[in-house]
Amino acid sequence: MQDFPRRRRMGETMKRIGTMMTRLAFAASALAFSLPGFAAVDRWKLNMTPGVTEVSQQVYDIHMIILWICIVIGVLVFGAMGYAIFKFRKSKGAVAEKWSHNDKAEVVLTVVPVLILIAMAWPATKVLVNMADTRDAEMTIEITGYQWKWGYRYVDSGVRFISSLERNSDDTRQLGSGMDPNGVKNYLLDVDRPLVIPADTKVRFVITAGDVIHAWWVPKLGWKQDAIPGIINDQWTLVKEPGIYRGQCAELCGKDHGFMPIVVEVKPKAEFAQWLAAQQAPAAAPAEGATPDTAEPAAADAAPTQG
Amino acid sequence: MAHDATAHHDDHDHKPHGFVNRWLYATNHKDIGTMYLVFSLVMFFLGGLMAMVIRAELMYPGLQLVEPEFFNQMTTMHALVMIFGAVMPAFVGLANWMVPLMVGAPDMALPRMNNWSFWIMPFAFTVLLLPLALKVFFGIGGGGPAGGWTLYPPLSLQGGDNVAFTIFAVHMMGISSIMGAINIIATILNMRAPGMDLLKMPVFVWSWLITAFLLIAVMPVLAGAVTMLLTDKFFGTTFFSATGGGDPVMFQHIFWFFGHPEVYIMILPAFGVVSEIIPTFARKPLFGYQAMVYAIASIAFLSFIVWAHHMFTVGMPLGGELFFMYATMLIAVPTGIKVFNWVFTMWKGSMTFETPMLFALGFVILFTIGGFSGLMLAIVPADFQYHDTYFVVAHFHYVLVTGAVFSIMAATYYWLPKWTGRMYNESLGNWHFWLSTIFVNLLFFPQHFLGLAGMPRRIPDYNVAFADWNFVSSIGGFGFGLSQLLFAYIVWDCARNKSLAKATDQVWEGARGLEWTVSSPAPYHSFVTPPVIDDSKLAHGDVSH
Repeated sequence: MQDFPRRRRMGETMKRIGTMMTRLAFAASALAFSLPGFAAVDRWKLNMTPGVTEVSQQVYDIHMIILWICIVIGVLVFGAMGYAIFKFRKSKGAVAEKWSHNDKAEVVLTVVPVLILIAMAWPATKVLVNMADTRDAEMTIEITGYQWKWGYRYVDSGVRFISSLERNSDDTRQLGSGMDPNGVKNYLLDVDRPLVIPADTKVRFVITAGDVIHAWWVPKLGWKQDAIPGIINDQWTLVKEPGIYRGQCAELCGKDHGFMPIVVEVKPKAEFAQWLAAQQAPAAAPAEGATPDTAEPAAADAAPTQG
Repeated sequence: MAHDATAHHDDHDHKPHGFVNRWLYATNHKDIGTMYLVFSLVMFFLGGLMAMVIRAELMYPGLQLVEPEFFNQMTTMHALVMIFGAVMPAFVGLANWMVPLMVGAPDMALPRMNNWSFWIMPFAFTVLLLPLALKVFFGIGGGGPAGGWTLYPPLSLQGGDNVAFTIFAVHMMGISSIMGAINIIATILNMRAPGMDLLKMPVFVWSWLITAFLLIAVMPVLAGAVTMLLTDKFFGTTFFSATGGGDPVMFQHIFWFFGHPEVYIMILPAFGVVSEIIPTFARKPLFGYQAMVYAIASIAFLSFIVWAHHMFTVGMPLGGELFFMYATMLIAVPTGIKVFNWVFTMWKGSMTFETPMLFALGFVILFTIGGFSGLMLAIVPADFQYHDTYFVVAHFHYVLVTGAVFSIMAATYYWLPKWTGRMYNESLGNWHFWLSTIFVNLLFFPQHFLGLAGMPRRIPDYNVAFADWNFVSSIGGFGFGLSQLLFAYIVWDCARNKSLAKATDQVWEGARGLEWTVSSPAPYHSFVTPPVIDDSKLAHGDVSH
């Protein structure tokens, strides 16, 4: 935790190198697609998002560290191989030598990889230990996966609702709809009712499912977690910046697996409190489907299809 | 029938005549090997056709061709057909053809069981494919399984009667695999020519000996897991249902206890093939023969203690995640040794680049890229992002297509002259390699980007941000698929075209080993009397110093 800024700097440098290479490699395609219509969407994206939490940044950093280690090893190994291919070819008059052993090389090439692996495992373990620590959460939200929508319940206040694919996307995605996905804002990544959480607050999620296994994944939060019927998993997040973050179900859950997105709206603490109060007032939002916990728990909980 | 490709050799070996006698009652290891290989090629095209449907639907955002339910059937069946129908039978076919020739045995140890091992396969695949075929061709029933090849409950249990078909087919394939594995072990341990010590065996034979033990160890585990699924579905048990005291995650543990060794069942023989080909075309002995053998054995052992790295997001305790992360990372050590040793074998050799060598070199580079992404996936916190995205799809296609499948193609070109007695068309072989390599990278490399950018796997439609790389990937897919027609033509041509150059017995200048001492085409009955082993002519298992 303490040396996090240092690793962030490292990640920053790598990010800059990565961005530079990306720009070089795809300058041509970027030109081709810099037409106004394409400006809104980040197409040709190459890399993982650093996300919006400390954890997601750590995950991104460790991803970049391993990626670069792999690239360096790859350059060395493929470089040696390429050199051998060009240098030791029969057509250039190369004569094969007879040796088939070199104990020193074999020992070195066993020990060095072990050391590299230890260097990878060390930071990975630290990040993982931090991610597993769900203690001291300020609020708890229960997430339930259904075929094919998400149920959210604010455990402390009892507010609960179902969140499913927004209608415009749903109409467009039908086979033979004749509608253009390019014309739909946030195609397949928008819902009727987003999950709302407060900024600057450690939120604990308890995650389960009502029918089959799903997985709740918002890339910008840095993790995904399986939602399994009969089992409760937990995870946490702490988002500093208000904003809207999108994700999808990540575990095959039937025919509409591709059509149960997740939208998390992070509001400043005060705004969140207002929002929550509005949901709790029984008459405030019945049309939107929010019901206090005490009203009709069974109905809201029922799985929409057979289990 | 494509089978009689080898039916008209001009030798006089008293081959049985007629389809039934020659093929249905086949006990000759070469005939059975040929049948396995032809079966595998047919399944490769069938599974490939399903992949083409998948790539066609994913070419543009929005649904253009198929309903999501059918799309899921395609992904599920593509995997089952390719794994159990194409890759595994291809390696068993290679073992049937080559293991007796490489150890100086007259045939497999158990020829009648060998017949049964093969002939179960067409029936198993008829059963597996029947629900899908009935739906597609006659509109009967709900189609094939759509819950993914991993058959995770509760989703897989939502399928209709196809669940029973799939499970019965898996049982049959398992029986076939176990019998095949027993046969290979019995052959290698009992039928070696005098003087062919274990540590003088070609690495391909070693790789299959170890693979066969993996098969015997894990196919019954799969059989148990799917039988529990069957009773959960049809007989009211609740092994995997929390409502009855069971646990859906338990299925995943049992499945992957089979599944991870299964992955290595598909790659260890590939290591063996490449370890034969590289020394041949580098004209230099394999570097570190013993290390290669021990590396395969270590990988096989490690495969039993890493299964839960497929399940990092199910919510395991921290200690479990750490154990499986460390154990998985360890696999990089023996795998690294293999890659380094292949490079050392090339070093100061005298290399030529015939098609088998091209595919073997392609294998080393592209399989290693798959190994790198595998190492990345082992890192649990990073896997929380990668898991179940196209990054994973890219990873396992690099190890299975440019890994296993490339090695099978390398092996085919390498031994085809020995099988048919003719040299295949080398320039077409070169074309096949370059087209395959370019298109396969166009197909799978962008999938790394898609996964990192946030596209989950097994979805029929996606946000427009993913559209461009999916388009590129689809173009690569169609190109790769079409390139394989060339492969089928080259093999057919080599089997049938009498105007092609006759192959010498040794075929390749640098070839070493017993299989190159018999005539080309290999006689119907070979090594009826055991050969005399001349250590200096042994394959690449020279460990005298």
